[in-house]
Amino acid sequence: MAEILNNSGLFFALLGAAVATFLAGIGSAIGVGKAGVAAAGVLSEQPDLFGKVLIFQLLPATQGIYGLLVGFLILSNVGLLGGGVEEISLLKGSLYFAASLPIAFAGYFSAVHQSKCSVAGIGTVVKKPDQMGKALILPAMVETYAILALLISILAVNGISGIQV
Amino acid sequence: MQQDYTYAVARIRFRETKLLSDADLGSLMASKDVDSCIRLLRDKGWGDNSDCSPEELLSLEEKKLWELVAEMVDDMSELSFLLAPNDFHNLKVAVKCITRDVEPYDMFITNAIADPEKIYQAVKNREYDELPAFLQEPAKEAMTTLLQTSDGQLCDIIIDKACMEYEYKLGKESDNDIIRLYCELFVACADIKIAIRCAKTNKGSDFIRRALAECDSLDIDRLCETACEGRDAVLAYLGTTEYRSAVDAISVSMSSFEKWCDDYLTSVMKPQKWEPFGIGPVVAYIIARQNEIKAVRMILSAKLNDLPDETIKERLRDMYV
Repeated sequence: MAEILNNSGLFFALLGAAVATFLAGIGSAIGVGKAGVAAAGVLSEQPDLFGKVLIFQLLPATQGIYGLLVGFLILSNVGLLGGGVEEISLLKGSLYFAASLPIAFAGYFSAVHQSKCSVAGIGTVVKKPDQMGKALILPAMVETYAILALLISILAVNGISGIQV
Repeated sequence: MQQDYTYAVARIRFRETKLLSDADLGSLMASKDVDSCIRLLRDKGWGDNSDCSPEELLSLEEKKLWELVAEMVDDMSELSFLLAPNDFHNLKVAVKCITRDVEPYDMFITNAIADPEKIYQAVKNREYDELPAFLQEPAKEAMTTLLQTSDGQLCDIIIDKACMEYEYKLGKESDNDIIRLYCELFVACADIKIAIRCAKTNKGSDFIRRALAECDSLDIDRLCETACEGRDAVLAYLGTTEYRSAVDAISVSMSSFEKWCDDYLTSVMKPQKWEPFGIGPVVAYIIARQNEIKAVRMILSAKLNDLPDETIKERLRDMYV
């Protein structure tokens, strides 16, 4: 029974790494896809706007990277990357899982909504290319919340690694 | 599954920058003749590289519009509320040409749901099942009525009412506000035109009731009653509805009312310029482009017939951009 509980800790830590990468990644995939469709529409009319619309398309891609970063940190802390897997208690594993949730959910939703802002920004740039800066700031504001979530997830993961439970 | 219009709207955002503005129409009106107008339009990207008459240029632009829409939109059935009136027009042409034994030549509108030639052949051979479902009953009824009574006006009423009822049905079935609004306005404006014309020509209540189609923004029984009483009664009734701002325009002339209808539609479509998703911007662009073609047609006709600028100005519609 004790062995099962110990292994469950590792399972939950892995689940945390997977959820962070998976949800934030899905959000980014949806976001980049949506903005990409709008960018393709613009390029079929005005190919010289490629550089500008590409930036808008890439904005929702960052959440996927944040999720990957948190996943990577969890894997590293539990020793899965170095080859020396630690024995992790169920509580500690669950804490890693909890630490992954901010970036997983905030990453998913911010990427999806940032893509909507990016699509609208693409529409602005097509009509007024000189307003690129302003049009870019609006979807970038959505990024703030993904960064806040990333910060909490990183602080939590680092904090958990030092706890003896 | 709902259709995604992100690609279409992005393309339309660029196309909107190419629409003619009020200033462009002013330049066209200031041109000394039709050739100068056409040169100006070509500079704006109208037509292709070949020389063509003003009418051919306008047809080409209409064709280009629908080719663009077909390229951007996967399923055109959501836009059938814009195309269906052309099918009813084609049906009217087919029925009248067949009963009078004349060739339709170029009276058909090609931008429609059904192929005009197929409509013509189906009506000619009385194979109504070959027609799209929404045309079958009106085709049969209009053909029978025209053959039995030779009353062209009655035939028009049957087809026009079927068209209005179909538009009303499409509006009711749609979950999109813009489509519902367009269909409601389409039917209401047509009802008002019918009521005013019937009041002017002293038509009886049976005739008026038969011509008017149901809509949500007008009480059809009331409109019918007032149309029997006369034009002033219709205007007094409209003053109590959401169309009160149209009363002044109707008092001037019917063409002034038609301009009011188009301007009103343009004003309700204008917020779509800032809408990044959905079918709304596509619909608004199509309507804007059709208005633009209509405006250019007026200017070219006026230039061809040496009409004064004032005559054109009072008929020109507000532009979308």
